[in-house]
Amino acid sequence: MSDLVKKNERKFNLGDFVLDNIVTIIFWVFIILGLALAKSVTFNWFLTELSNRFYRNAFLVLSLIIPVIAGLGLNFGIVVGAIAGQLAIILIRYYYIGGFGGFLLCMLIALPIAALFGWLTGTLYNKTRGQEMIASLIVGYFGTGIYMFIVLFLIGGVIPVQPDHPIILPGGMGIRMTVDMDTIKYALEGIWQIPFATFMIVASALVILYLAWNQYIRKLKPGQTRLSNFKFALYAAIAVAILAVFAYQSATKGRLTMVRKVPMGTVIMIVLLAIFTKWIMTTKLGQDFRACGQNQYIAESNGINVDRTRIIATVISTVLAAWGQIIYIQNIGTLNVYTAHNQIGLFSVAAILVGGASVNKATVSQAIMGTLLFHSMFILSPEIGQAVFGQAILGEYFRTFMVYGVIGLSLGLYVWKANKQSKLTLEPRVAENARDQVINSGTTR
Amino acid sequence: MDVRPGEIHALIGENGAGKSTLMNILFGMPVIHETGGFEGTVEIDGEDAHIMTPHDAMEKGIGMVHQEFMLIPGFTITENIKLNREITKPTALSKIFGKRLQELEMDKMNADARKALDTMEMDIAEYTMVHGLPVGHMQFVEIAREIDKTGIRYLVFDEPTAVLTETETANLLAAIRRLAAQGIGIVFISHRLEEIISLSDRVTILRDGELVTTKDTKDITAAEIARLMVGRALALDRNESGRKVSDEVMLDVQHLRVNMPGERVQDVSFKVHKGEIVGIGGLAGQGKLGIANGIMGLYPADGRIVFKGKELRLNNTKDALKSDIAFVSEDRKGVGLLLNSPIDLNIAFTAMETEGKFLKKYGPIKLADKKGIRAHADKMIKDLDIRCTSAAQNTGALSGGNQQKVCVARALTQQPELLLVSEPTRGIDIGAKKLILDLLKSLAEEQGMTIVMTSSELAELRSICDRVLIICEGRVAGELKPEASDEEYGLMMSSAHVSKEKEA
Repeated sequence: MSDLVKKNERKFNLGDFVLDNIVTIIFWVFIILGLALAKSVTFNWFLTELSNRFYRNAFLVLSLIIPVIAGLGLNFGIVVGAIAGQLAIILIRYYYIGGFGGFLLCMLIALPIAALFGWLTGTLYNKTRGQEMIASLIVGYFGTGIYMFIVLFLIGGVIPVQPDHPIILPGGMGIRMTVDMDTIKYALEGIWQIPFATFMIVASALVILYLAWNQYIRKLKPGQTRLSNFKFALYAAIAVAILAVFAYQSATKGRLTMVRKVPMGTVIMIVLLAIFTKWIMTTKLGQDFRACGQNQYIAESNGINVDRTRIIATVISTVLAAWGQIIYIQNIGTLNVYTAHNQIGLFSVAAILVGGASVNKATVSQAIMGTLLFHSMFILSPEIGQAVFGQAILGEYFRTFMVYGVIGLSLGLYVWKANKQSKLTLEPRVAENARDQVINSGTTR
Repeated sequence: MDVRPGEIHALIGENGAGKSTLMNILFGMPVIHETGGFEGTVEIDGEDAHIMTPHDAMEKGIGMVHQEFMLIPGFTITENIKLNREITKPTALSKIFGKRLQELEMDKMNADARKALDTMEMDIAEYTMVHGLPVGHMQFVEIAREIDKTGIRYLVFDEPTAVLTETETANLLAAIRRLAAQGIGIVFISHRLEEIISLSDRVTILRDGELVTTKDTKDITAAEIARLMVGRALALDRNESGRKVSDEVMLDVQHLRVNMPGERVQDVSFKVHKGEIVGIGGLAGQGKLGIANGIMGLYPADGRIVFKGKELRLNNTKDALKSDIAFVSEDRKGVGLLLNSPIDLNIAFTAMETEGKFLKKYGPIKLADKKGIRAHADKMIKDLDIRCTSAAQNTGALSGGNQQKVCVARALTQQPELLLVSEPTRGIDIGAKKLILDLLKSLAEEQGMTIVMTSSELAELRSICDRVLIICEGRVAGELKPEASDEEYGLMMSSAHVSKEKEA
């Protein structure tokens, strides 16, 4: 028994660690360098930008987790979810419905549209088994085409609209390029805001309490282990340090109190989604997701309806993406009708990959961490371009390069690792009897 | 056949005798209904049981332990045992959206798994990941899953010991006896005679889809089982005419080990003399196919191979081809042929790649000599009597027998001294079989070619080979003359420990 457990635990190996986390490490190095180089960047501006981008995007990135677990890979097809969200927003905006009620109504309208899109997408994924990721990219482009047709021609062309409505193009057909969100803007974020420092103090205090509970009080179920002392000390130290910094800052009214206030509405949505994602994995459905993700054949032969399970995963992801896009738009305040959804798939996928996720594994913490790291890079790139080359535009080119580079590198590494694992090798010759004895020594009574 | 509660009933037969088909019917596997259904009835407790799906089988209390493991590696033992039979409790959301949103009750599941594992007397923790467990344990987890299903009454084991080591096998057999003692009827499929003799109460022998006999095990000997299993009317028309076998050793294989999935070779040594036809036989999955593939470097191998006095570099297909060894693969469509290319290119391909034949050189550029290729292909088509519209026809459009001839033609184009042929008659009709076998024979007799032929069909091996090596569990079980009796063949194929049996 002890032999077996030992065999399952891998020894820590620096080379493997770097290889497994190469994308995350590249980003850390880049951000640390960037903060050192770009002298014009003040820390409170950086935190303002970063937190704002986080509230905007975290929901979308979290919507990618379930398809990964269900074995569908990275769902670039959340673009069609975003489209569903935008259709709902346009409808709300057309009838001047605003405020928090309007926001909720918008989510409600997006739900059936996104569910339908998700069901269609999921059906397609079942027919393109093994190539879901490529299919999901194409679905995004295809969805964009139909969406364009609807907003450019059908609205005003077939669907009668008020020709002099401010969001309709002067000809009376089609929607304008950009539509301002009027009262939908900050509909969620404006409800309740608290100072950044206060938020960080409370959050880090909660983290410390959780760590302590986890380490000392919680009863362990069989098979669970506590954090190693080193990790516990590290996490606790970081949380205490953050707590101390912000307590000091808010006491002295330091620069960090200037950071943008925290929109609790959005934060609560993100936390709820994180909890939902974790919770669903403890249900029968979540168990089926995992089974399908690991081996469709075995899942099917044990009576799990694999096709249906995969479609459910896609529907959930698409609906969440629609809601994520609504949160995104209400944060930005204007809707770029024809382009807002375009990059959602690529950027969200890049973000979750930066957090250390891959084609077959993704967790909530990877999504959160990835969003933070990815947007740090995004903020810093132009500043570095400015500081090093005197041209901000170089940094902008660079960050586009980083987006595609991250996706390419992660997918390449994934395939390379998979090939390495499936390559046949001969085990070294061992005496059969010796092997028998090892296996047999404490395992059967 | 009938199985009684608490009985261990062994089922034995050669490849293709119909064991797996019978069990698939019993288990209601979809493949049966997709390929034409079956006639006759399955009765349980005297009642006709209509088993149409695996789910029906489960309800009737029939469980099956598959040959290949149906376990999810990233799940714990509990999760695998309870796969799709999880214990759940309702939640707020499940009341709205249905059962699938019920939460899993891991504690209860663990307890159930523990109970099933205890029945097997296995003290491994139920929350261990299946990934990384030794195969023996995976087998036990599979059995535990069947035991955990409520009301299990009949349990089918499909060659459970094929992948196990000796000690693991002993543990498994002990576990099976315990299960039988609890009143569960066991159907035990195996190739290993000694296991059957020591374990089972009764034994049923199948051959070519027909039931030969069912007997109490104590009334039958291993030799008798072997004879009944193999014994079919053999048309041995051997006419040996002028085959010259010299004393010169052409190929010397020493301690070859090959990791070919499903056909692992553990430790094989043999010598082949110039001019002889050596047959390699044995049951499927025992490693006979791995030998030729290992020599050709298609799967990772180690050991030592001496060919014509020179050592052959292992794991290097090009080297093997260049040293005048040609290979006709058992995987005709996958490895043997370029299905979407014409016959002439298929015939010339290997020779072009390895020996630079049929190439015209223009400075650094080499182009295929189309005329030369076509002329050669036409000659081969005539010599081997390949039925086709022309040498430009795609090989994918040919019948199995003619495809096989193209493979042989391609091997001959290399002008090899040693020809390795694997399953030359697989999937081709009887007339074509005879043509292929005659062709191989004439190659040996007229051109003095040395041939190593691997085949599952004993009759075939016995009709043209000078001697036959039987491979069992990745090792050479022994060497037999073609004239040896069915009994000897059967015993040798079914057990690695024949000699012990005979002494006993």
